[in-house]
Amino acid sequence: MNVNQVAENLALSHQEELVDLPKNYPLSENEDEGDSDGERKHQKLLEAISSLDGKNRRKLAERSEASLKVSEFSVSSEGSGEKLVLADLLEPVKTSSSLATIKKQLNRVKSKKVVELPLNKEKIEQIHREVAFSKTSQVLSKWDPIILKNQQAEQLVFPLGKEQPAIAPIEHALSGWKARTPLEQEIFNLLHKNKQPVTDPLLTPMEKASLQAMSLEEAKMHRAELQRARALQSYYEAKARKEKKIKSKKYHRVVKKGKAKKALKEFEQLQKVNPTVALEEMEKIENARMMERMSLKHQNSGKWAKSKAIMAKYDLEARQAMQEQLAQNKELTQKLQVASESEEEEGGTEVEELLVPHVVNEVQMNVDGPNPWMFRSCTSDTKEAATQEDPEQLPELAAHEVSASGAEERPVAEEEILLREFEERQSLRKRSELNQDAEPASSQETKDSSSQEVLSELRALSQKLKEKHQSRKQKASSEGTVPQVQREEPAPEEAEPLLLQRSERVQTLEELEELGKEDCFQNKELPRPVLEGQQSERTPNNRPDAPKEKKEKEQLINLQNFLTTQSPSMRSLAVPTIIEELEDEEERDQRQMIKEAFAGDDVIRDFLKEKREAVEASKPKDVDLTLPGWGEWGGVGLKPSAKKRRQFLIKAPEGPPRKDKNLPNVIISEKRNIHAAAHQVQVLPYPFTHHRQFERTIQTPIGSTWNTQRAFQKLTTPKVVTKPGHIIKPIKAEDVGYQSSSRSDLPVIQRNPKRITTRHNKEEKL
Amino acid sequence: METAPKPGKDVPPKKDKLQTKRKKPRRYWEEETVPTTAGASPGPPRNKKNRELRPQRPKNAHILKKSRISKKPQVPKKPREWKNPESQSGLSGAQDPFPGPAPVPVEVVQKFCRIDKSRKLLHSKAKTRSRLEVAEAEEEETSIKAARSELLLAEEPGFLEGEDGEDTAKICQADIVEAVDIASAAKHFDLNLRQFGPYRLNYSRTGRHLAFGGRRGHVAALDWVTKKLMCEINVMEAVRDIRFLHSEALLAVAQNRWLHIYDNQGIELHCIRRCDRVTRLEFLPFHFLLATASETGFLTYLDVSVGKIVAALNARAGRLDVMSQNPYNAVIHLGHSNGTVSLWSPAMKEPLAKILCHRGGVRAVAVDSTGTYMATSGLDHQLKIFDLRGTYQPLSTRTLPHGAGHLAFSQRGLLVAGMGDVVNIWAGQGKASPPSLEQPYLTHRLSGPVHGLQFCPFEDVLGVGHTGGITSMLVPGASEPNFDGLESNPYRSRKQRQEWEVKALLEKVPAELICLDPRALAEVDVISLEQGKKEQIERLGYDPQAKAPFQPKPKQKGRSSTASLVKRKRKVMDEEHRDKVRQSLQQQHHKEAKAKPTGARPSALDRFVR
Repeated sequence: MNVNQVAENLALSHQEELVDLPKNYPLSENEDEGDSDGERKHQKLLEAISSLDGKNRRKLAERSEASLKVSEFSVSSEGSGEKLVLADLLEPVKTSSSLATIKKQLNRVKSKKVVELPLNKEKIEQIHREVAFSKTSQVLSKWDPIILKNQQAEQLVFPLGKEQPAIAPIEHALSGWKARTPLEQEIFNLLHKNKQPVTDPLLTPMEKASLQAMSLEEAKMHRAELQRARALQSYYEAKARKEKKIKSKKYHRVVKKGKAKKALKEFEQLQKVNPTVALEEMEKIENARMMERMSLKHQNSGKWAKSKAIMAKYDLEARQAMQEQLAQNKELTQKLQVASESEEEEGGTEVEELLVPHVVNEVQMNVDGPNPWMFRSCTSDTKEAATQEDPEQLPELAAHEVSASGAEERPVAEEEILLREFEERQSLRKRSELNQDAEPASSQETKDSSSQEVLSELRALSQKLKEKHQSRKQKASSEGTVPQVQREEPAPEEAEPLLLQRSERVQTLEELEELGKEDCFQNKELPRPVLEGQQSERTPNNRPDAPKEKKEKEQLINLQNFLTTQSPSMRSLAVPTIIEELEDEEERDQRQMIKEAFAGDDVIRDFLKEKREAVEASKPKDVDLTLPGWGEWGGVGLKPSAKKRRQFLIKAPEGPPRKDKNLPNVIISEKRNIHAAAHQVQVLPYPFTHHRQFERTIQTPIGSTWNTQRAFQKLTTPKVVTKPGHIIKPIKAEDVGYQSSSRSDLPVIQRNPKRITTRHNKEEKL
Repeated sequence: METAPKPGKDVPPKKDKLQTKRKKPRRYWEEETVPTTAGASPGPPRNKKNRELRPQRPKNAHILKKSRISKKPQVPKKPREWKNPESQSGLSGAQDPFPGPAPVPVEVVQKFCRIDKSRKLLHSKAKTRSRLEVAEAEEEETSIKAARSELLLAEEPGFLEGEDGEDTAKICQADIVEAVDIASAAKHFDLNLRQFGPYRLNYSRTGRHLAFGGRRGHVAALDWVTKKLMCEINVMEAVRDIRFLHSEALLAVAQNRWLHIYDNQGIELHCIRRCDRVTRLEFLPFHFLLATASETGFLTYLDVSVGKIVAALNARAGRLDVMSQNPYNAVIHLGHSNGTVSLWSPAMKEPLAKILCHRGGVRAVAVDSTGTYMATSGLDHQLKIFDLRGTYQPLSTRTLPHGAGHLAFSQRGLLVAGMGDVVNIWAGQGKASPPSLEQPYLTHRLSGPVHGLQFCPFEDVLGVGHTGGITSMLVPGASEPNFDGLESNPYRSRKQRQEWEVKALLEKVPAELICLDPRALAEVDVISLEQGKKEQIERLGYDPQAKAPFQPKPKQKGRSSTASLVKRKRKVMDEEHRDKVRQSLQQQHHKEAKAKPTGARPSALDRFVR
């Protein structure tokens, strides 16, 4: 209902009134309507013409003479200067009673309100619906928190009653309890004698009195103090917050510097006053230094630093800034105490010396710094010396020092030397075996070691020979003056640590040699930590991602290393006595020995082959869609062109990396266990969008095997419990603490029953 | 409660009451009180008699009075307490000096936490987050409860410590027996059975019963603690291996030709001809599977609860005579003559994994109870301990003078190796650490070469079968001191055993669930999930979970012209595109950074290189 409509209605009603009025009038003008018509028309015409001159001025009709024919349309209130009111028209000069009724009527009409035009039916219904909906939703929205609560509740018990009272504390239970047995009575007696509290085992009267000793004033003071502290804290917090919000970098810088200065000053003071505290401070500074060393701050690695680094070439300032940063880093990471450091170092070396014999360290001492090249030459020198001194020991050494072949000149001669050495060694071993036969009781151990030696010798020899050939070939290709360093080229860069390692190993072996001079056929316990360290170091060494062809080779080498590493042999108190066992067992032993000696490489090769096959089999296959003879000549012996094959080959997407990719000694099957997969969850339940989210919720086992009884019961409580034999009534407003207003509830239910029932159903379901 | 006793008021009505209440059934303590109160009225003789019997009687009476009185003041206090239960203090208004639940050590709780929080989750909706929070809270609560209940594990493991510098390996059995109590000393014994050749032996899961079979057909089962013989038979055939099934009532014996099953009275129940020439037996207790390795190279799984062969797998590696099970995941480990150890599950036709362990053949394999470590010994006389947690790398290696032919782990991670006629035991630092092979913990020499080894569960005892019979050794600290009474109770009665049997059968784990990582079953099958999603998209023609394309909202005041709408759309699209490009660039950077080797520091002379 806008304003216009109202105005229209009003106008209409007035018109009606006006039309009605004349009915009671004794009108005389009706007869001469025809005459006046013509005059009026003329007047109108005149008016129209006069208005033609452009100005839209309307001329008021003037009355020039009195006439009987007064047009009711040309009445004007010009002269009076007042607005003409309807009532004035009716007011006669003399008051007449006949007009009073009309006046009354007019007043009544005026006082009456305008009746609105009724809206159409659809509109009305729509409005009703809207109102009803808003009302209903408002009424029902009060249930929302309850619904939410019920949805999130761990357990709902129907019929909805009052919650069970909490378990009463033991004291309440105790108060109804009487001491009946003699033992109980005796105990109570004792308690009473000593004035101990009987029901509450916590406080004696004395204690209680002391607790109650605090007076009111004291309590008030205490409270005031607490209040003050709290207020102060909040002020401080506000201040800190404000300060934290300051964005000015300069300000922060100034503050930081100020703090540092202050700290230094304090520290100096402390040094004078209280050295122990100063020491602690020192430790803190040391800690800060450690943190700095760990972090990448001031290392020219940040975003800013990188941007500066680009500019540094041209911009002096940028360079300076970078250097400043580095200087700061240096400053922060500088160690404060120098004396203690040196002490520590000395101690460390001492320990080392204890671990490693002097002979080994002498070599190291000569060399300055950890230069691997120097190392190698050095070790080879020592090796040469060793060959002269004790030729038998060389192969063993060589077994581990594969790459470091010492003398580069006359490779053929060296081969000969090696062979000779091997022969010598074999003969020596035979001799020793003869010795062993003399004392069979303790032979097992040595036999074992000797067989190990044979193996290592064999392997080392073959490897060495191979290497020699390779190196010679290389020499042939590149000029003969290529230094030894170049020969190492094929080994990737990662091999460097390995080389270092080897030199270390040589140390230990040298140690063995030293010991072996005295009795070379006794098994010695190697210093275990060193060896283990090597092993653990070696395994990660084969991890780094190298090119594939190289990797294959590496793997092989690693595998061999892995299997041939000489493990420290057991020193056992009780050596098993060898009894003449059954014949087949002995035979088996013999076979074992043979296998042991010669099958080592075979095992590795077989395994690698198997692994390669497994890898191939698990790889997704490419699809070749070339049609021979399509678009070119075809026939027997003609192959489609390489270009075409390339064009029509659909490469399979590369799958995820194999689990055993970095484990040379393992083949892990990539096949999926479809039987187990049938038991796995295959559809994500509702609120979860990622499988990992859901997995988290099912990782805790709920069975009684893994949980305590209580936990198991709690984890497996049913969501809804219904008490048997009870009527479950729909939830009422009173149940949840609302006052039910039947007036607001009822009509909604009547008007919109479907909606309500669905809501109720929902609640019951919860 | 400190009110003075007022006996005068109290006594007379009590007397009447007692007389009226005489018909009430009497308790043993009431018997006394009745004569004391009533004793005054009947007369002196009775009283005297009572005096003689109980000199402390007057004291008793006194107690009675006191207790009665002391109860009095409590009665009015009680309702007061009930009125204001929100004041948590006790009757006296005293406060609990240790409020709240008792604290639990964090590391113990950590032990029971199973949610893997190392993997970060993507941002999740509020609803999902609440679910996750609930799950985490539950986990914490249950683990705290579990940690609290650790208190109930009262027993402590045994140990053997040498005096400073003394090698524990030098301590011989006789010394140990002398030192321990009689009950424990009785657990060390030797059975001299020279006649029927080398023996294999097996303890039942509760550790109460022992079964052994000699190569010349001697089969016996006994309650080894009481030494009560259950049965003793000669099967007149070579016995390769012997094993208890789920309970001590059933016994599987691998004989020369076929596999036989006997009950505890020695009555043959089954002869399983489909398992022929079996060399080794393993029983998986939670799956009710009997795994047999045969000379023909087949690994057969027999479900003993239904009597069906679940799977017969061809190992393709010749004769199988080295087998052990991983108690953690029920995977069978087979040792082969080509130095490999293969891991098998009945659900897969091929080995789950193959590990190259030795250069010669593998002679023995054992896996510890946590499934973390595997010990292998080979023909190359080496003893290796492998890590089974994904890396399969040897942790420690040792060359033994005479390679170990038999290996076994104890419940607490002790490793025993039988070498010829000597048994060596190594111990680790703690329960979860591998045994260090440096120093043997104990050694023992037997009267013949070892043929079978097993640690007895829940007893610090090692059973050794050898040519001379059976030896039961004492090994302090070998086994778990606390047993689960519901799971494997050494003291259970026949009825309890039957009940347990039913429960165990109800909880039987299906054979196809055996896989390398049992926790993987609690993961969503991503492959089928993705497949299902793909199919759904195909079926519907659109992706219901896809992010809806950006639709600019109409704006008021004439800013919602078509051109501006398009512009806004384009802006969002460009932003997304930029994000994508940025990501791919980052990935490239990462790759380059990885590929670039960390070279040596650039030398000063590099600037002259052109």
